Amino acid sequence: MPTIYIDNKPFDVKAGKNLLEACLSLGLDLPYFCWHPAMGSIGACRQCAIKVFKDEEDTRGRIMMSCMEGVKDGMRISVEDDAAKAFRAQVVEWLMTNHPHDCPVCDEGGSCHLQDITVMTGHNYRRYEFKKRTYPNQYLGPLINHEMNRCIQCYRCVRYYRDYAGGKDLNVFAAHNHVYFGREKDGVLQSPFSGNLVEVCPTGVFTDKTLKEHYTRKWDLTNAPTVCQHCSLGCNTISGERYGKLRNVVNRYNSEVNGYFLCDKGRFGYEFVNSENRITQPLIRNRTIEAAGHDAVMQHVRTLVSGHTLIGIGSPRASLESNFTLMELVGKENFYQGITDDLVYIEQKIVDILQSGTIHTPSLKEIEQADAVLVLGEDIWNTAPVMALAVRQSVMKTAATHSTEQVPLPAWHDNAVKELMQEDKGFLANITLLPSPFDEISTVTMNAAPDDIARLGFAIAHILNPSLPEVPNASEALINHATNISKALQQAKHPVIITGTSCWSNALIRAAFDIAAALDMNEKKAGLAFVMQESNSMGLAMMRASSFDRVVANVRNAANVTAIILENDLYRYIPAGEVDAFFSRCKNIIVLDTLHNRTTEKAHVLIPAATFAEGDGTFVNNEARAQRSSQVFMPANKEIKESFKWLSDIKSSMTITANGHDKHPDDLMLALESKLPQFAGVSRVAPPHDYRVHGARIPRESHRYSGRTAMLANMTVSEPQPLQDDDSSLSYTMEGYRGMPPSPLIPFFWAPGWNSCQSVNKYQQETGGSLKGGDPGVRLFEQTTAAPVFSKDIPDAYTPRPGKWMLLPQYHLFGSGELSVYTKGIASLSPEPYISLSKRDAEMSRLNNGDPVNVKTNGKTYAFPLSVNESLPDGIMLLPAGLTGLEAQDWGAWVNISTVIV
Amino acid sequence: MISHLRTMWLVFIHLFKKKVTIEYPEQRVALPPRWRGRIVLTKDPDGGERCVGCYLCAAACPVDCIALQATETEEGRRYPEFFRINFSRCIFCGYCEEACPTYAIQLIPDFEMAEYKRQDLVYEKEDLLIDSQGKYPGYNFYNVAGLDAGVKEKGKGKDEEKPVDVKSLLP
Repeated sequence: MPTIYIDNKPFDVKAGKNLLEACLSLGLDLPYFCWHPAMGSIGACRQCAIKVFKDEEDTRGRIMMSCMEGVKDGMRISVEDDAAKAFRAQVVEWLMTNHPHDCPVCDEGGSCHLQDITVMTGHNYRRYEFKKRTYPNQYLGPLINHEMNRCIQCYRCVRYYRDYAGGKDLNVFAAHNHVYFGREKDGVLQSPFSGNLVEVCPTGVFTDKTLKEHYTRKWDLTNAPTVCQHCSLGCNTISGERYGKLRNVVNRYNSEVNGYFLCDKGRFGYEFVNSENRITQPLIRNRTIEAAGHDAVMQHVRTLVSGHTLIGIGSPRASLESNFTLMELVGKENFYQGITDDLVYIEQKIVDILQSGTIHTPSLKEIEQADAVLVLGEDIWNTAPVMALAVRQSVMKTAATHSTEQVPLPAWHDNAVKELMQEDKGFLANITLLPSPFDEISTVTMNAAPDDIARLGFAIAHILNPSLPEVPNASEALINHATNISKALQQAKHPVIITGTSCWSNALIRAAFDIAAALDMNEKKAGLAFVMQESNSMGLAMMRASSFDRVVANVRNAANVTAIILENDLYRYIPAGEVDAFFSRCKNIIVLDTLHNRTTEKAHVLIPAATFAEGDGTFVNNEARAQRSSQVFMPANKEIKESFKWLSDIKSSMTITANGHDKHPDDLMLALESKLPQFAGVSRVAPPHDYRVHGARIPRESHRYSGRTAMLANMTVSEPQPLQDDDSSLSYTMEGYRGMPPSPLIPFFWAPGWNSCQSVNKYQQETGGSLKGGDPGVRLFEQTTAAPVFSKDIPDAYTPRPGKWMLLPQYHLFGSGELSVYTKGIASLSPEPYISLSKRDAEMSRLNNGDPVNVKTNGKTYAFPLSVNESLPDGIMLLPAGLTGLEAQDWGAWVNISTVIV
Repeated sequence: MISHLRTMWLVFIHLFKKKVTIEYPEQRVALPPRWRGRIVLTKDPDGGERCVGCYLCAAACPVDCIALQATETEEGRRYPEFFRINFSRCIFCGYCEEACPTYAIQLIPDFEMAEYKRQDLVYEKEDLLIDSQGKYPGYNFYNVAGLDAGVKEKGKGKDEEKPVDVKSLLP
């Protein structure tokens, strides 16, 4: 470990880092703009100047950019040197000559890196008396606001958008003192990661348009650490509330999961919490006055529950606490998953693989560090976008490592490394149903039907491990692809295979496992990552409950059935006919949910549940990492509470011995561990509710939180007692422990002098490393030495049937999410329903783009316009999944079409 | 003893001095213009609200008695959707006025705010907003702020150049 002398004090620093990283890791305040821990250094802004001395005798030294200079043992530098300080102050003064005087109306104000750095360098009085440059702005879509006047030309936006995220439509235009960062013309930013510009931009050029609708400064938000609800990756987020409304979601750094970046669905898809469609009052239907209070509902529910056959239907988007409480209430044998048999089977297979410990499942960070990636069937661009971003980094980093092996260049030297690697790319094989924006960085792409993709997988596994069965009747193209891919995987040290449930094919899961296990046996550290559908799909699958099909079979002969449905719109997962049939067998239907939907319409008793922001909950992500999401705010409406609280109330109202106390989420997790041993470790996800630091709680509010004595003064001038939260050690006040909280309980990132999100530096063990005290979350399954069991059952090649099409879902990042479409901006980017057929199929059926097509499935007919897709394999029909108003389909079934001639 | 006599003498001669107290409320006190009394929200020369809802007054307030919510017109001009001061908590320190970047919030020489009910000391925007520019006539934040919010176009403000022509490099 090299020792460097900073202002004559020795420090041990990590080798291979640059001086800026070293200084920041040591906790020193050194200003910077263009450097970003995820993107390396380019030395563009000249802000991080320091003095470097030749040796101990050298008193003059030279001013150098700390981000462009690697650490060397025995190096002597000075951060506090007068010349270096004057240099930095001068650079900020230059940058500020054109910066507008609009902080009061700038959304970045109060969490602005430029403000922080200007204050840090001591520039506080404007000497420049001439005119300021102005720029026209652009419309960049419904999610991002553009105010180009504020730009300081650090180039971070284009470096992030183009180099890191692979976007194409944001660029730098013009030259010298009037460079312009924007699009070629007004229009929606195409990258699904454009929201990160808000955090990447050190000033207010790119700001969050959804926050603008109900603008609140960072210091005024009540924040809590939350987990994103919109896909199975479980990205860590910070959600902020003010005046009873959720105001924004920003990234919460977790080096193992999302790192510095979120996707737009996760960042902007929070508005469902504030939706007018929320269920706000318990309802007992078929009464003159349907609205009921808590006690009335409990009394009524007790009569429905006791003496009836109870059925509980869990939810892949409800927390572990809620699912477990429901399981406890109805009994393990009466608890069902509320998803189809096919999906339960696939998810069960995934849980079996993970639980067996035969293979390692990588975190997103490990995917970033993989040196060869094979995506087998899963459309990760749409179903797990941040994973797609991680795969992109893997491709780029592999190429960079390859280049720097030949020429000794430090990895942080971004421009030089890019120059060296040119168009070189790491290995990525993207084998999916449809082409994706990913294909341009893929070495091998192939579009095929799920069964054919699985066959390719088995063919690769056979090449890697010849003891595995050969794929019968394999075509030459398939063998070629398999040979190429297996060669690349064999050469890699850390190959990663990615697959998932969106193709509804269990053969894919088996094939992916065979490849990963075959690679692992060859003394490599291979990883197998699965993508699930919802935020807690893994948690629910791990409870190993039966499918919806089983409950339908079981209630057929039962009388007096009371069904309790937990936060699950069954019509989204199950074809409507089956759900209707189930409901017709149920005497009483009790539904707990957050938003009105088709299932809640059927409820006899409807109970308002809390969203993720209004309650605590533990969610298990795709790598079986359990993570705690904390309550951001207590709804003013006392009827809204977490489902597990409602269910505990129901349970205690049934038993006479109940003492009436609420159970803490911690107690529930301990009970879950003892009942279901596969969840061992889940109680360690976050510190217990009575955790205190020197007797103090961790405040959700910043020390500058304003308006305490006026916020509620319109209702009553006497201030109420602060809200009491006994479920976690976070408090609803400004008072409490202001030091470094344990990583699962970081409510927001802030450090003295660092108000922007860049303050995360202070929370990390080293810049870009893990959070102090370790990253939050507990991985429930780890690899053991168990021997893999390979699959023998290889599917036949997919052959289109005349006049019939296999119906498969197409997921859309914007539109397929049940909750995210409540954000207006996301809804406006959602596609209209369509039917996709291959070009040959459309020609055979004499159909053109836009023609109305009728699909018959499950005894129902749906009419949608046709969208001809040239890359779609023949014999497959795609329908967008999960769009608002679209019913769940029997995915994987064969359907007919009929045309309507208009 | 001497001290007592001296005190009585001093009191006695005060009988013939000019009175300091005045017959309030019949007689009014002359307050200096910078007196920190009742808080008002002023208006721009064009009659629009000066407050841009930047929350700085609320952050500066040591007793946290200011609460507001910013919103925007279609042109992008920020204004407070509501603006509330709880005068039963206000200590008239004037920090809000100091913090205000747009001269919107001003303390004026008026202290006669007594109420029988504490609740009546909660002032909403309607109670605070006055139809005047207050101490800083002629100032309009948007003329110096660069951005276009319906007050002036880009490049038309004070000390602003014309917007950059991004295509100036094209032949």
